[in-house]
Amino acid sequence: MARETQDPVSEPVITLEHVRIQFGKRTILDDVSLTVNEGEFIVVLGPNGAGKSTLLKLLLGLLKPNAGSIHVLGKPPRRGNNAIGYAPQHRQLEADLALRARDVVGFGLDGNRWGTGMPSARRKAIIDKALLEVDAFAFADAPIGQLSGGEQQRLLIAQALLANPRLLLLDEPLANLDISHEQEIVALVAKVCRTRNVAVMLVAHDINPLLPVVDRVLYIARGHTAIGPTDEVITSSTLSQLYGSPVEVVQALDRVFVVGAET
Amino acid sequence: MLSHQNSSGKVVNMFDVLQYSFIQNALLAGTCVAVVAAIAGYFMIVRGLTFAGHALPNIGFAGAAGAVLLGIDPVIGLYVFTIGAAISIGLLGKEANERDTSIGIIMTFALGLGILFLSLYFGYAERVYSILFGQIVGISQADVVISGISSLLTLGIFLLLFRPLLFSSFDPEVAEARGVPIRLLAMIFLILIAITVSLSVQVVGALLVFTLLVGPAATASRIVQRPLWAIVIAILLGVSYTWLGIFFAANSNWPVSFYIATLSFGIYLPVRLLSPLWIGRRARRSAKEIYA
Repeated sequence: MARETQDPVSEPVITLEHVRIQFGKRTILDDVSLTVNEGEFIVVLGPNGAGKSTLLKLLLGLLKPNAGSIHVLGKPPRRGNNAIGYAPQHRQLEADLALRARDVVGFGLDGNRWGTGMPSARRKAIIDKALLEVDAFAFADAPIGQLSGGEQQRLLIAQALLANPRLLLLDEPLANLDISHEQEIVALVAKVCRTRNVAVMLVAHDINPLLPVVDRVLYIARGHTAIGPTDEVITSSTLSQLYGSPVEVVQALDRVFVVGAET
Repeated sequence: MLSHQNSSGKVVNMFDVLQYSFIQNALLAGTCVAVVAAIAGYFMIVRGLTFAGHALPNIGFAGAAGAVLLGIDPVIGLYVFTIGAAISIGLLGKEANERDTSIGIIMTFALGLGILFLSLYFGYAERVYSILFGQIVGISQADVVISGISSLLTLGIFLLLFRPLLFSSFDPEVAEARGVPIRLLAMIFLILIAITVSLSVQVVGALLVFTLLVGPAATASRIVQRPLWAIVIAILLGVSYTWLGIFFAANSNWPVSFYIATLSFGIYLPVRLLSPLWIGRRARRSAKEIYA
């Protein structure tokens, strides 16, 4: 299942060294070190409030660590980095916004530029291609509020891909999706990851739908992290150590269940 | 107040009113305001800030009443209070629900002040009432020039900020990650709204600003889904309401604001009721046809 590690010569996409971040007196991440390589599919797991979204914000340069160093493609994180595509935790959109699916995708191309922009055949072609890549072309001109959660999620991924990123950060793209839509999004992200060789960090609550595609799991709990292949990280001993209390990992029916941890 | 009838009490020709310079001034100022209000309204809907469009004019009324009490131009009080309130709302930031509650409390406090100012003022506060109910037919040539320049400037800034403003309205987190200065934009936007509100108050009055600000944009958003087209249609609707409102008022004894508000409601209602018939379905069907 898990692929071999990437060519060790290529520069890592993400490097964290002894990173600590705290909000007031509360330490969110403490002494976290890890490396993510080109084209790797990383699933980020952990209980609510463990610091999963915080980690993404550190990589985006939206937050600064209190200690340690972070490098994204060899440079410190900064806002407006086109090498990162980001889709945050999704909220349901209001039904009567005058915005079409292709407008949302278009933000990824030039939403940060001044002025109204001029429609052009080239711009339309780029957006059409992105819509096709995420299988969203059929509802390209539909108002965004009319689309289902899964359809909106596809658009956010297309938007994140428009600047041809080397790193894709997806915060809970599977939240509020039923099983079949969940599988569609997982297959889509895996396809993007493999064909574009883009590193993916996908925050999730449940590893099971991602088992067929994940390279390594990053588990965050109580400020600490464990990273590695699924069968090394999601084990009773590793998770018990991470949580500091007994956690039992049960395997049944090709699925993994974590018992005793508040996930 | 606004009858233009000859001595026998009959209107000679409905279009004769267009010859009066005060009607021409009203049409010019009304057009400028309708254009800016429509584009501002579109963004207020996208940003979930329509309640501020109701609150700011009422806060502006308090400023106008205070100015009258101090013996200065009420329009100055109007601008000072709306821009001050816009900055306060900007500093509140955060969640829409929480924000609306705070806006409501600021608004009622301002209204309370406005009522106090009026009660302390001995005399007939005619200019304050015109702030409440609109004074478009009392607009001078100088007022037209001022509102024309202000409208053009506001419009220019809206067009300059268009894409980042839309992006950050729709998805502030991604916009921020892509380097859009979302806090600064939010503050500039609120100040633009305050200026738009202050301009609109002089046409339709504080009580009915909402009709020019949000009415046309809400209707347009239900007719088309493309942002620029929605804004263009909102502008056309807003300008039509204003022209027709002034025209009808000039030929009757009823106030301009009444006609504008009635037209806005009369068009919104059927569009709102019937729009489920076309929103969504049309776009998907046409996309399927492309595939076939």
